[in-house]
Amino acid sequence: MKEKPIIEFIDYSFQYYTQAEPTLYDINLKIYPGEKILIVGPSGSGKSTLGHCINGLIPFAYKGEIKGILKIKDLIAAEQDIFKLSKIVGTVLQDSDGQFVGLTVGEDIAFALENDNVPTEEMHRIVREVAAMVDMDHLLNSSPYELSGGQKQRTSLAGVMVDDVDVLLFDEPLANLDPATGKTAIEIIDDIHKRTNKTIIIIEHRLEDVLHRDVDRIIVINEGRIIADMSPDELVSSSVLSEIGVREPLYITALKYAGINVKSDMLPSHLETLKMDKVIEPLQAWYKSIEKPVKEQEKSPILTVENLIFSYDGKRNILDNVSFKIHEGEMISIVGKNGAGKSTLSKVLCGFEKQESGRICYYSENIDDRSIKERAEIIGLVMQNPNQMISKSMIYDEVALGLRLRGVPEDEIRPRVEKVLEICGLSPFIDWPISALSYGQKKRVTIASILVLEPKIIILDEPTAGQDYYHYTEIMKFLEKINKMGVTIIMITHDMHLMLEYTPRAIVLADGKILADTSASVVLTDPKLIEEANLKETSLYFLAEKANINDRTSFVQRFIDYERELRKNNET
Amino acid sequence: MKLKLFSYNVIDTPIHRLSGLTKLICFLLLTFAVMYSYDIRFILAVMVFAFIILKVSRIKYSQIRIMIIYVLLFLATNFILTFFFSPEYGVEIYGTRHEILKLFGRYNLTLEQLLYQTTKILKYASVVPFGIIFLLTTDPSEFAASLNGVGIPYKVSYAVSLTLRYFPDIQRDYQNISQAQQARGLEMSRKAKFMSRFKNSLLIIVPLIFSTLERIEYISNAMDLRGFGKLKNRTWYSKRKMTRSDFIAILVSLLVFAVSVLISVFINRSRFFNPFV
Amino acid sequence: MKKYFEVSTKTIVAIGLGAAIFTLLFMFVKVPSPIPETSFQTAYGVSAFFATLFGPIAGGLIAFIGHAISDAVQYGSPWWSWVIASGAASFIFGFAYKRTKVEDGEFKGKDILTFNIIQVIGNVIAWLGLAPVLDIVIYAEPVNLVFAQGAIAAVMNSISAGVIGTLLLLAYAATRTKKGTLTKK
Ligand SMILES: Nc1ncnc2c1ncn2[C@@H]1O[C@H](COP(=O)(O)OP(=O)(O)OP(=O)(O)O)[C@@H](O)[C@H]1O
Ligand SMILES: Nc1ncnc2c1ncn2[C@@H]1O[C@H](COP(=O)(O)OP(=O)(O)OP(=O)(O)O)[C@@H](O)[C@H]1O
Ligand SMILES: [Mg+2]
Ligand SMILES: [Mg+2]
Repeated sequence: MKEKPIIEFIDYSFQYYTQAEPTLYDINLKIYPGEKILIVGPSGSGKSTLGHCINGLIPFAYKGEIKGILKIKDLIAAEQDIFKLSKIVGTVLQDSDGQFVGLTVGEDIAFALENDNVPTEEMHRIVREVAAMVDMDHLLNSSPYELSGGQKQRTSLAGVMVDDVDVLLFDEPLANLDPATGKTAIEIIDDIHKRTNKTIIIIEHRLEDVLHRDVDRIIVINEGRIIADMSPDELVSSSVLSEIGVREPLYITALKYAGINVKSDMLPSHLETLKMDKVIEPLQAWYKSIEKPVKEQEKSPILTVENLIFSYDGKRNILDNVSFKIHEGEMISIVGKNGAGKSTLSKVLCGFEKQESGRICYYSENIDDRSIKERAEIIGLVMQNPNQMISKSMIYDEVALGLRLRGVPEDEIRPRVEKVLEICGLSPFIDWPISALSYGQKKRVTIASILVLEPKIIILDEPTAGQDYYHYTEIMKFLEKINKMGVTIIMITHDMHLMLEYTPRAIVLADGKILADTSASVVLTDPKLIEEANLKETSLYFLAEKANINDRTSFVQRFIDYERELRKNNET
Repeated sequence: MKLKLFSYNVIDTPIHRLSGLTKLICFLLLTFAVMYSYDIRFILAVMVFAFIILKVSRIKYSQIRIMIIYVLLFLATNFILTFFFSPEYGVEIYGTRHEILKLFGRYNLTLEQLLYQTTKILKYASVVPFGIIFLLTTDPSEFAASLNGVGIPYKVSYAVSLTLRYFPDIQRDYQNISQAQQARGLEMSRKAKFMSRFKNSLLIIVPLIFSTLERIEYISNAMDLRGFGKLKNRTWYSKRKMTRSDFIAILVSLLVFAVSVLISVFINRSRFFNPFV
Repeated sequence: MKKYFEVSTKTIVAIGLGAAIFTLLFMFVKVPSPIPETSFQTAYGVSAFFATLFGPIAGGLIAFIGHAISDAVQYGSPWWSWVIASGAASFIFGFAYKRTKVEDGEFKGKDILTFNIIQVIGNVIAWLGLAPVLDIVIYAEPVNLVFAQGAIAAVMNSISAGVIGTLLLLAYAATRTKKGTLTKK
């Protein structure tokens, strides 16, 4: 395989026009034809930037200063135009809605061909072939709104495969996909790789999910530098990941808790290949050593939902007879496949949409006919995309907005805002422009702007989407903090780790019905449930299986208890 | 909330079978034919034609009820305003004066005014069906190809298709944003004073614009990466072949257009049909 | 002068999505005015904003497409004279493109003035000139009627474009960053 590299960085560095320092420093990297590479690194480390350099968006769309050389197929990248490069490198972007420019699947797949003046008949032929490869050929006439997240992703993939490129570049292909769909996405990519032997480059936070199928090398980027370039086995058994705050596979964490020294010769990069001989009894010992925490008794229900039925168009019920209780001071998660009705449920709870039947009670009192504004005093909703909530340019004004609209006197506003910013760890930025904040910080601003209205319950839609492990932990620590202050928290999420680690209880939604309402560890160890709700077993479950621990659910449960203990001790 | 801008319904009628390009050309020809002529006889004829086509294309009343209401409102106001502003305009045009009804002050109803305003109403009323037919029988996917077909630069044509593609997304964003702001206490009702309503509308428009600006950057990257705008022209996946019926349709429309012009030039010797002299 | 009329892919996308927003606001987000039977079209604030950011071509097409589509959806067929006028007005707004420092994060007295002068000129030409003339030529509408309507439109739309446009540009300027200024904390 040691032929000519297809992509070669030589002492390469790049600095964005608006940045004071370079974003990439002296990168030296060779990628060979047919390799499958994974690029990981904390948020803001320069992964996408590296991707932009390869597909030509740098310097075509993003101006900046380039030093050193980047060769792609022996061509100097900087001297090619983006069109020439787009014939060599095909890019699949994270947000499949942004990439889906056609009005129908067929049109979108054909987009590149249209730009190449391919005759219509031939175009139809090629599109049918490629669509078949990602098995979308039966949906060529459907429009984006009729497709699931996964189907959109397949369409994007087909769209770049029509002109047969040598390199496929994926920037965070898994974000916003439910666990099962994400798993399938990885499998599709792997099949394409095996069948066509194209060079594959994947940029992704979710290491464990990508490692569901094998990769040749993992490149770790931190603060614009390549700090590691090794095989999966070496990487997961090294300490690199934990140092830079990229999440390691959960079963590796478990092994480390059990005091096992993970070595690359144990082939730890996949659970399937992991050598168990040195693992089993320390693991069992550890499992037995964890004692159950005292279960705090249930408080009275703060929110009771009974037989909720809702539909947007009066035809299809998006929420179909949904009933559940939320208890005072609880932290609970709502999970389920794309399009299950999670976000819709949150809208109905906040009174944005009116249910057709069923009732919503706050403590014992029915709040159905309260206005949006009145309900906001009880239930606050933090939307997934912070840019959809932020309407002021300064942080202080943004957080104060809700109070001002409620006619609270200025002299009363300031202390309240300052207090909230304090809690959210935003005090240092109090008179900053919001545009200068990172995504994670923006997210916290939106949480603050809800928190300042002092609701009893907060609903967060995908609080950690697109966040790296470090910021993820930051946000979750902060949510636990306000939860301890007595605020009840409901989280809508696709992140199974989040559900496991932070919310004892989970409600599982599928096609508008509640499939389960039980403890997280049970949800993620029930194959049938997982199947129906597009979830994914946690690797801990299989680890337990391999370690001959019969009660796998309680193994998962104890792992969680152990981690909670750790967190408690770290705080104190 | 309807997700698509036009309720294009997929059924099989001779009109649906025509290519989008044909329908666009016919729409333009017929519209301008009617706009040009002020001959009530011609306009009535076209109107009948329009309603026949409407029947053929099996468009349900329920699909167009709201449109019709809007149009009637518009016509009514226009009718009243016209008379209010220039009750003598008909006389001006036709050069004669047959008073049929004395009203107050300078407001007297003349045959000329009546003819002029009736003609005008019918004119507008007979343009509308053609628009409706074009919109409701043409697959949005064909719009861009058709526009490009009548000579509009493909980049601009594609912009239109992007509008159709992303309108629903933006409409949904708008909903979400406005709901979130109402939850924070934004007053949407008519109570608020009008300067503060400007400000309030801004609390929704600003987030909408900024999230859209991000989207614009993202989408244009995606399009660049797939070679948009590389060549002087481009082909279209959803472009349909022209068939015999297409050419017939265009021919008919051309004929109508020609008639409209010829009547004015040779028979009426002006845009107006003048029965008074 | 050339820089005004170049269209990149980004311009095209801006036109497409801008027109979508324009359509939406034009149909649903009107601010009723003190004068009965009239309302302020917030949409013109948006087309003015986009015109200032992306130039005349973008501005003109956003308003033209947006207005045409919303007419078509509401009345079944566009009211061409006014659709063209909308386009023309927003095309002229586009001459504020690169005449203000908004891209560098500055939108102060002078810039605001420039923007609004251009914006008012655009509205006057379009609504007091183009629209009435076209109404007369295409539809043979009575002269004094169309000019009365034009005058009202000119005033109303200048206010909408002025207020909304200015505020949007102010907000936008606040988000801009100059060359080499972003530093990690
Ligand atoms: N267009 C741009 N102009 C200026 N700076 C930018 C631009 N895009 C990214 N940056 C900066 O470059 C750095 C790296 O950004 P990049 O998007 O490559 O990070 P990333 O590793 O992809 O992060 P994430 O995992 O969150 O996507 C960040 O500090 C970011 O602020
Ligand atoms: N404003 C709306 N109008 C009409 N239909 C909608 C609207 N919002 C959502 N839907 C539909 O309702 C269904 C549920 O959508 P919802 O956003 O609640 O799912 P979700 O569980 O949040 O999915 P995801 O996990 O992808 O966020 C989907 O089929 C969606 O197409
Ligand atoms: Mg990235
Ligand atoms: Mg959702």
